[in-house]
Amino acid sequence: MRFTLNGTFRRIDAHPLKRLLDVLREDCALTGTKEGCGEGECGACTVLVDGAPVNSCLVPIAQINGARVTTIEGLRGRHPLQHAFVEHGGAQCGICTPGMILAAVALGKKPTLDQMKVGLAGNLCRCTGYSAIYRSIDAVTSTARRNRGDRKDREARSGSRTKKPRTRAGVTR
Amino acid sequence: MAVIRDVMPVFELYQPASIDDAIKLLDKHGADALVLAGGLDSMDWLKDRLKKPKAVVDLGQIKELKGIKETNGGLEIGAMTPLSEIVRHPVVREKFSLLMEAAELVASPQIRNQGTLGGNVSQDTRCWYYRGGWTCYRAGGNICYADTPTSVNREHAIFDADRCVAVNPSDTAPALVALDASMVIRGPKGERIVPAEDYWIGPGIDITRMNVLAPNEILTAIRIPPTMAGAQFYFEKVRDRQVWDFALVNVASAIVVSGEKIVKARMVVNAVAATPRRLKNVETLIIGKARNEETADMAGKLAVEGAETLRHNAYKVPLMRNLVKRAIRGAGATWTS
Repeated sequence: MRFTLNGTFRRIDAHPLKRLLDVLREDCALTGTKEGCGEGECGACTVLVDGAPVNSCLVPIAQINGARVTTIEGLRGRHPLQHAFVEHGGAQCGICTPGMILAAVALGKKPTLDQMKVGLAGNLCRCTGYSAIYRSIDAVTSTARRNRGDRKDREARSGSRTKKPRTRAGVTR
Repeated sequence: MAVIRDVMPVFELYQPASIDDAIKLLDKHGADALVLAGGLDSMDWLKDRLKKPKAVVDLGQIKELKGIKETNGGLEIGAMTPLSEIVRHPVVREKFSLLMEAAELVASPQIRNQGTLGGNVSQDTRCWYYRGGWTCYRAGGNICYADTPTSVNREHAIFDADRCVAVNPSDTAPALVALDASMVIRGPKGERIVPAEDYWIGPGIDITRMNVLAPNEILTAIRIPPTMAGAQFYFEKVRDRQVWDFALVNVASAIVVSGEKIVKARMVVNAVAATPRRLKNVETLIIGKARNEETADMAGKLAVEGAETLRHNAYKVPLMRNLVKRAIRGAGATWTS
């Protein structure tokens, strides 16, 4: 099976109905893509195939022959959404985050709140941190806020700065 | 190579490049073959090892099965066209927005990007006894485990149950029947066209399948005629969760009003029987009447006549009645009951 993975051409020898999710995690050693439910309900395994989000747990590798696949690793940690998720608490336990971010990437430039809700309808967050996720996406996509309000936003949040390290510690613990 | 944890059963995978090759393969393997479209339904069956086909025929490489063509005021949609492409298509949105609304409410964005129209209308029932591997009537046994005094059957049929109470879960199916679509089916003997309302079959006719497709046939396209183009459409899907979930009941209607009176109407409800249920009696009743509360009331009552409930699904009767009423009131009407 041949496909382009995060901009690099790959040739994989695998069972043709092996799930794309397993191929990514096991054959390509890209473990950023997570498995949640394994049946298309939670969206944790979301990746982009030719730019459109799909559940990689339901895609047999045979179906992506010749396609362009983007995983969370393909954003190389530099995508503004990734920074925004860190900045605005969009990631809590983190298992839904790679899928959330990729589904959010597919939303395009300036999604409204409704578009975000519809676009992320296939992604579950068990920490129920949806508001923070919408806030994170909003922070990136609304350029007005990026130029002007973001600083204000940060200043406003600096009051709760003491809280931030505590969450960090909570994660490492 | 790493170990595959979710072991698939052993089978031959075929990826034909043309419809003719696919049919040859299906003709050769018969009932031992499983047809794979978007794979969302099939993958579950394979992963759970409940279906053990000798051959899997993946239609994904057949280009002629994809895409939407305009035809004489209507549309011809390839069976392998993803649902998200249908939602985005300008003509679907302009003239046949009923199908757009239905397709947009299927599952989640991820699933709509991969799931196809042909797959959505031809999918197997979601009855959890059947899908859970019980050797029920539909799976080749004798008993319907969903229809016993202790069964959990909240999502099952209220009409036309015949030794099996499973329902058709599709959202696009009722929309296609309401749009008077027809299904283009290709087999070894050539092409045949089946009206959408005759495409699905109940357990009384054949328990082993949900539609008229023979093991050596495939659904190649869905044709939507201009008959209902630009009519007043109404689609509503009620489900437990507002996303992803299958319908408890859904309704699709296309109504043409001239002056104050309804002159043409097609109304279809799904997830109440093994096939989408076209409410012909309701259509006859409302033609010539105004689109008002009184008509809605009468139609609602008539729609649910003859419903037979199981232990846990009696709620579907008022649900269906109210959905039919709301369909007649139409989009934008104030909700009163």
